[in-house]
Amino acid sequence: MRDAFVARLVRLAEADPRLFLITGDLGFGVLTKFEAARPAQFLNAGVAESNMTGLATGLALSGRVVFTYSIANFPTLRCLEQVRNDAAYHEADVKVVAIGGGFSYGALGMSHHATEDLAILRAIPGITVVAPGCLWEVEEATEAIAATPGVCYLRLDKSSAGRTNRPREAFALGKIRTLREGTDLALAATGGILGVALAAAETLAAEGIRARVLSVHTLRPFDEETVFRACRETGGLITLEEHVVDGGLGGLVAETCLEAGVVPRAFHRIGLRAGFSSIVGSQEYLRTRYGMDAEAVVARARAMVRSRAAAGEAR
Amino acid sequence: MLTAAVPEGPIDSRALAKKIRIHALHMTSRGGSSHIGSVLSMADIVAVLYGGVLRVDPKDSKWPARDRFILSKGHAGAGVYAALAERGFMPVEKLKTYYQDGLELCGHVSHKGVPGVELSTGSLGHGLSVGAGMALGAKRDGASLRVFVLLSDGECDEGSNWEAILFAGHHRLDNLVAVVDYNKIQSLASVPETLALEPFTNKWCAFGWTVVECDGHDHDALRGVLGGVPARAGAPTVVLCHTTKGKGVSFMENTVLWHYRTAKGDEFDRALAELEAR
Repeated sequence: MRDAFVARLVRLAEADPRLFLITGDLGFGVLTKFEAARPAQFLNAGVAESNMTGLATGLALSGRVVFTYSIANFPTLRCLEQVRNDAAYHEADVKVVAIGGGFSYGALGMSHHATEDLAILRAIPGITVVAPGCLWEVEEATEAIAATPGVCYLRLDKSSAGRTNRPREAFALGKIRTLREGTDLALAATGGILGVALAAAETLAAEGIRARVLSVHTLRPFDEETVFRACRETGGLITLEEHVVDGGLGGLVAETCLEAGVVPRAFHRIGLRAGFSSIVGSQEYLRTRYGMDAEAVVARARAMVRSRAAAGEAR
Repeated sequence: MLTAAVPEGPIDSRALAKKIRIHALHMTSRGGSSHIGSVLSMADIVAVLYGGVLRVDPKDSKWPARDRFILSKGHAGAGVYAALAERGFMPVEKLKTYYQDGLELCGHVSHKGVPGVELSTGSLGHGLSVGAGMALGAKRDGASLRVFVLLSDGECDEGSNWEAILFAGHHRLDNLVAVVDYNKIQSLASVPETLALEPFTNKWCAFGWTVVECDGHDHDALRGVLGGVPARAGAPTVVLCHTTKGKGVSFMENTVLWHYRTAKGDEFDRALAELEAR
């Protein structure tokens, strides 16, 4: 995802001299292209994320559109108060980009697991929160947030669902994409784990279970209508995120639906429930370990459909 | 409350400092808020800045070429509101709304609805990084504006400041000026008792800054230093202003108590009398 992001950012920077990129001393071999192409629009702020975010705010308040770039929790949690007080409160055009959502850097350990970021960033007023699921969404979201006023958070993943766009499809922040139709149940995924949802839907289809697949690339603004439709039109809703189940996509869906009185026939949040992960593991390994792989999704979907069928028979 | 109009011609910074102090006493007493000692400590610095050093236009607070001033010690916001009102950025009458329910002048300096405030602060250790960003932007744009950031001494405990200090020295931001209100008193005890900053000058020097020490209540000295920045081309300037916390009210001077205490009743009357007699 990061290469797709950088390639698009270079294009945007060439077209708009206001665009500026600050890295917190990360992006070896990845940001080289940007720096070479747009040196006057590039800065390495060193290993100092609080200062990086303050600098970004100062530059933004003086007319620039500033991307901050680092990995995992460094551009978000490490400098959360700068994101909140400086950038967000001043509605500064600061775009916080974190590479390595979820377990992207799984084997590096807990410090590098970004598994609470969506919930935390989503709680701060005014921040647009985006976690693209495929490379096309990355490119489109990069362009869209550059043009969106105020603070945006872009969470990028090591994994992705490839390219899921249809010919001439238009991307809109805050608009859920329905990648697969179905009424037996709906799988709503945010971030690179979208690929798992699509794989699970394929397996389910072979069993005759038709799963709708929703790519929820934007958590704020949130596309309530598409979720409400999925509640009304399908047999149940499973949310999928490489993130704690508290306060992320699953929490957002639950609070939105309950408040609106639109209750899905069945509901389950797939995400991290085990607390901090302290075992070594690749992204794929940790997904399996914590019940977030395609097999786990399929099992949950099957159980949901069967329990509805059993309930139907009982009536 | 004092009344004031937009000054025409040169501004008497001493008169402005007196007004800032008196306004702040009224505001904090009426609002029942803290930090009068912090405002009195920096009143002369703020008065010299707004009394002619800062290139700002009260009629166009967003004038792009303006100098930027950031109060990083946001708890002394009453002093900046008073200076802005006296300079005509907002009606002096508005100062009466400080700390009042439903209105805009919060205890910690806020930009929302307050023309002339560049940055809302309150959590310490934020202003210098944002100021460095503004200074860097100006450098890259070839603009000649200067950025002044006023910090407290206790605030220098915050690690984020040292990230910004390291950054500004490395990037030779000579359009960035840190002004430290060095009154040697924090919220619970003195600076040396809390976290010693000395040798303070050496610390800034080691990070590539030019250090100027100054009596933070001597208007001529302040005007000379602040009006003459950068002290050295190619390096950011820090002005360590030796100040007295609570300056101007004898029983508030050099006490920890008046960081938080609000002057009421007899204390208010005595404080006002002393400030008016200055």
